[in-house]
Amino acid sequence: MTTAATRGRLFLGLALCLAVLLIVLFLSLALGARQVALGTTLEALFAPDAGNADHRVIRELRIPRTLLGLVAGAALGLAGSIMQGLTRNPLADPGLLGVNAGASLFVVLGITWFGIAGTTGQVWLAFAGAAVATVIVYAVGSGRAGATPISLTLAGSAVTAAMTSIITLLLLGNLDTLNQYRFWAVGSLVGRDLEALLALAPFLAVGLVLALSLGRMLNVLALGDDLASGLGQSVLRTRVLSAVAVVILCGCATSLAGPIVFVGLVVPHLARRITGPDYRWILAFSLLLGATLLVAADVIGRLVVLPGELEAGLVVAFVGAPVMIALVRGSRLGAL
Amino acid sequence: MSASIVRDTRLAKRRRELMVCAVLAAIALALALLGLVVGAYTVALPDLLATLVGQGSAKDNFIVLQLRLPRVTIAIVVGIAFALSGALFQALFSNPLASPDIIGITTGASSAAVAAILILGLSGLTVSLFAFVGALAVATAIYLLSSSGGASSYRFVLVGIAFAFLLHGVLGYLLTRADVRDAQGALVWLVGSLSGTRWVDIAVAGAGVAVLLPVVALLAPRLRVLQLGDSSASGLGVRVAPVRLGLLTVAVALAAVGTAAVGPIAFVAFVCGPIARRLLRTGGTGLVASALVGVVLVLGSDFAAQHLLGDTQVPVGIITGAVGAPYLLWLLARANRTRGDS
Repeated sequence: MTTAATRGRLFLGLALCLAVLLIVLFLSLALGARQVALGTTLEALFAPDAGNADHRVIRELRIPRTLLGLVAGAALGLAGSIMQGLTRNPLADPGLLGVNAGASLFVVLGITWFGIAGTTGQVWLAFAGAAVATVIVYAVGSGRAGATPISLTLAGSAVTAAMTSIITLLLLGNLDTLNQYRFWAVGSLVGRDLEALLALAPFLAVGLVLALSLGRMLNVLALGDDLASGLGQSVLRTRVLSAVAVVILCGCATSLAGPIVFVGLVVPHLARRITGPDYRWILAFSLLLGATLLVAADVIGRLVVLPGELEAGLVVAFVGAPVMIALVRGSRLGAL
Repeated sequence: MSASIVRDTRLAKRRRELMVCAVLAAIALALALLGLVVGAYTVALPDLLATLVGQGSAKDNFIVLQLRLPRVTIAIVVGIAFALSGALFQALFSNPLASPDIIGITTGASSAAVAAILILGLSGLTVSLFAFVGALAVATAIYLLSSSGGASSYRFVLVGIAFAFLLHGVLGYLLTRADVRDAQGALVWLVGSLSGTRWVDIAVAGAGVAVLLPVVALLAPRLRVLQLGDSSASGLGVRVAPVRLGLLTVAVALAAVGTAAVGPIAFVAFVCGPIARRLLRTGGTGLVASALVGVVLVLGSDFAAQHLLGDTQVPVGIITGAVGAPYLLWLLARANRTRGDS
């Protein structure tokens, strides 16, 4: 399928993306409202001094948010690629299709009705919510005629509107929940601790492995359901496994960083530009590009309105919405 | 023979439409009376009639004319505005989901209004002005960005959704930058509430709707032709592009007027058209029936919002949201099954 020459080029591209990601990660540690010299940043990483204020800022504030961006971005990028492959829809994105909104709703329900504030409780709620929203979007998107980009995207927007409306109802009477929720809902990487990340690590590992193993199945599915089952692939199994991967990845990302839209939309398109239609490569690139995009957005958000900050989710929205509009304007928007 | 069958079916359809509209109007009237009579202080029906013709006692005058009548009147006005706007959008884009609250128009109004409340500290009519301008600005931006060589409808919808998500981000940002109590106040506006309506608000919103209704009536016959498909419509002598743009403008303006007056009352624009079509079962757009459904829905929801929870009054958007959101999800889940059958 891929010749040796193109494969070599793709590995080179992958290495380049990895290098860019590493640079962005380093910048995320070095840049911010508090100016820290690059040398000091390296020192803080490799020879930390507990008494040094610069080192403390980097180790206690910047490392957690950078790791968070890395993980959430990678998860959203992968989830977006899987959704686009699965629905054969260029506008599929876990945010646009309402999956993140579903996770948010269940988290808010947990906070208001059951007083669940811990990370482990929240992540199960986020999984449940993401699963419910995924089922609804599937129900709309997998009719016999198949969903067109417009009907699927409208369904996603409608699911989001419905979920948001219910969330607002819950928040209106509850000042405490509103106060917690509003900072989470805007998609920020600030103020989360590493324990949450550690608690989610097993889920994330499962999600990542599952996602990366889906490439071959998505390639066959891209030929169409009939041809795929003719080639001996169980379409149902592919769909179920993909849905499980999407739910795990989106549930983790949303419970860590809040409902972030557009990462899953932009990243697969970028990846496809580099790789062509092979989903094994698209998934690998999406992992790296998603992480790069979210961490970079967080760094940009730190720098544009000094000494204040813009949340990463907002920066991504300002990057992603024009990309979506360009996609809508540019192409015939046929099915993938 | 066949001509008479066609005539009979047409008559039957017309009769059904008239009946449905009459029943809806009767329900609306009953709800309006209920809204005027019932409350912490019950006004007897004869007293109510006396008050309405200017013969009431001072107390009745205050309660009915200053407190209850404005609320009922604005409910009727925005019910018509939201319902017509939603029905027009749905008909123009031939998709029951393409209503202004889902494709970014009302989100534009909300963002502008919340910015006015939280950043500029404004209230009252100036907030309404911001909301109105916000809706129009966003709609214009969507239109310009989606039209390259003839505005195709699917592009308008998709660009609108991009804006909806972008503006959600902005809204979230605005809410995090304010004191939590102010944020809650902005949230009340975001839900949509009829309490505290004054006659000046009604005059502004009413004037807007009064200007727009004749335009809707003028363009409505062409809408039915448009629904046959663009090529059939132009074959029948309708100039598709200008009529489409005209209807779109009116629909946006109606949504803007409604949202500016009371905030984006959740899902009123979205549900009225489908409900009206289900009642009529004639396959037409049923604009009149949609408007009446809107009036009934807003009046009924506001009555429930005031009296359902005992002494606690909630904004009307809570009721429409609590009813509308599950309805929407159900409609979405069902959409698949009907498509599978066909």
